[in-house]
Amino acid sequence: MSSEQSSGRRSPLSRARGLGSARSGTTHFLSQRWTAIALVPLIIWFVIGIIAHIGASHVVAMTWVGRPLNAVLMALMLGALFHHAQLGLQVVIEDYVHAHGAKIILIVLTKGAALIFGGLAIFAVLRISLGGVA
Amino acid sequence: MTDQRPTSPHIQVYRWQYTMLLSILHRASGIALSIGALVLVAWLLAMAAGPDSYDRMQSLIGSNVGVVMLFGWTWALFYHLLNGLRHLFWDIGMGFELPQAFSTGITVVIGSVILTGASWFIGLSIFGGT
Ligand code: HEM
Repeated sequence: MSSEQSSGRRSPLSRARGLGSARSGTTHFLSQRWTAIALVPLIIWFVIGIIAHIGASHVVAMTWVGRPLNAVLMALMLGALFHHAQLGLQVVIEDYVHAHGAKIILIVLTKGAALIFGGLAIFAVLRISLGGVA
Repeated sequence: MTDQRPTSPHIQVYRWQYTMLLSILHRASGIALSIGALVLVAWLLAMAAGPDSYDRMQSLIGSNVGVVMLFGWTWALFYHLLNGLRHLFWDIGMGFELPQAFSTGITVVIGSVILTGASWFIGLSIFGGT
């Protein structure tokens, strides 16, 4: 007790707030779960759609992805998927990479990659859906 | 490791159980799917770019290597989906008893194999692949 008190006037709660999971762990945990729940129907829809379009020509594939409902579902799936993947990869990194600097760099890299690739994919879907004839 | 913080359980001191393999596979499949997602991005971008790049992408995906990888990703996806559901039920406190954890684990493995086989069978036989 006395050694803790000597580390300043901050309460144990205040100190805990600044540490690790006390900061953002719950949000991370919940986001991992709600993206997982959202992905269940979206992925099932996606897999069925892909199976039905194996070997599809460009026109047929464009028509499928471009239909408004499909484009919205695809964009939602991509958003949930990249968010979920980023959160998951962050846990993996936190488990194996212990050097603080390397850990932060890797996490930032996966966040950036998820944003860029997710953004590119959603951009492609919008272009397919709204862009008219390519 | 410089400081004496607690570490993850040491697998050397645990008796091996196949549920451990299931747990490792969830992580492995999640990582594999994250890489596979990049192929989906490339496919959509190629489609948006026009027929030529789309056709090139299609023949890449339809190549021998492409098909083997797609097959692997299909299984990884079904395994991760079913086992993810198992995780979500645990989170609301269901299926945590040991016998259930074992039996749902077997169900997940068998289910993912069946769904993968069925997907490819239906895909190739009904919709015909290239
Ligand atoms: C299809 C529906 C999906 C469900 C229901 C689902 C479910 C889950 C759940 C519950 C977790 C947390 C596991 C834990 O607490 O240890 C998880 C982790 C993860 N998921 Fe998914 N997931 C799905 C799809 C995906 C997809 C499409 C990807 C990749 C693009 C992905 C990548 C990951 C990764 C990388 C992890 C971290 C693995 C770990 O920490 O060991 N998941 N998933």
